[in-house]
Amino acid sequence: MPENTSTNSTVKAYQKKKNKDEMKKQLIAFASMIAFTLIAFGIVATESVDKMFLIPIIVIMAVVQVGFQFYYFMHMKDKGHAMPATLIYGGVWAALLTLGGLGLITWW
Amino acid sequence: MSHDHSLNPETMPQDPEKATLEGKNKFMGLWFFLGGEAVLFASLFGTYLALRNSTADGPASDEIFGLGLVFVMTMLLLTSSLTSVYAMYHMKNNDYSKMVLWLGITALLGVGFLACEIYEFAHYITEYGFTFRSSAFGSAFYTLVGFHGGHVLFGLCWVISLLIRNAKRGLNLYNAPKFNTFSLYWHFIDVIWVFIFTVVYLMGKVG
Repeated sequence: MPENTSTNSTVKAYQKKKNKDEMKKQLIAFASMIAFTLIAFGIVATESVDKMFLIPIIVIMAVVQVGFQFYYFMHMKDKGHAMPATLIYGGVWAALLTLGGLGLITWW
Repeated sequence: MSHDHSLNPETMPQDPEKATLEGKNKFMGLWFFLGGEAVLFASLFGTYLALRNSTADGPASDEIFGLGLVFVMTMLLLTSSLTSVYAMYHMKNNDYSKMVLWLGITALLGVGFLACEIYEFAHYITEYGFTFRSSAFGSAFYTLVGFHGGHVLFGLCWVISLLIRNAKRGLNLYNAPKFNTFSLYWHFIDVIWVFIFTVVYLMGKVG
């Protein structure tokens, strides 16, 4: 029994360290999200980029930032997230179709 | 394990939020719900993009939007997303009081965000006479941004109810999935806001 307890606490320590390492990755994800936000606001506020390039750049930065949110903050990169990924990408697919459809009837 | 599923460090599973069937189902159900929410917001974004230049001689987006306030709101919501990550970190380490503390900070940041949004809308209405009925742009703007604000309000009511209801229970396998589903929902609110500040405010500022 004492042996058992010691094994258990080693596992706990390992798990705690794993959680801590995970938290470090989350902080890096957060820092890059802040950086993307600063760049997006910065280039709009200073009008330093041509309008033709500006909109695609800020939209791409938004998509990357959302990727961090999904894969790191919402743990989609972790094991056991195949079904959640299927569900959310199903939603994203329908969302893109909706945007495409509305765009088509508006501008075409 | 005792029948009330209370957690102690010796018996706690690695992922308390997915240790029961109910927890697994809640986790899956929330992701399915978020897929649906993505479509709801896509239709509002599509409508906004189609109508954003239909100002009917009323105020246009580049005249009324102020980037300073939007930046503050973005920082508040983005930080609240991180604080709910911290809350889930402490949940996995079975530290109930720290989890409650970080969820409380998350709620406070959410309240700050909502206060800024109410101020923003009041400012548009009183200073510029820009209302829901001003133009098609006005209707599309208030519907999209207001729907997001409504989601923030719902999330705040959700987390406050959870914190009050579970105040004396401590962390167990019954309420761990509840906290986790709230946290996922809250991240999704931030995802929608990233697109709102990009598509509505930043793109509205460049015209």
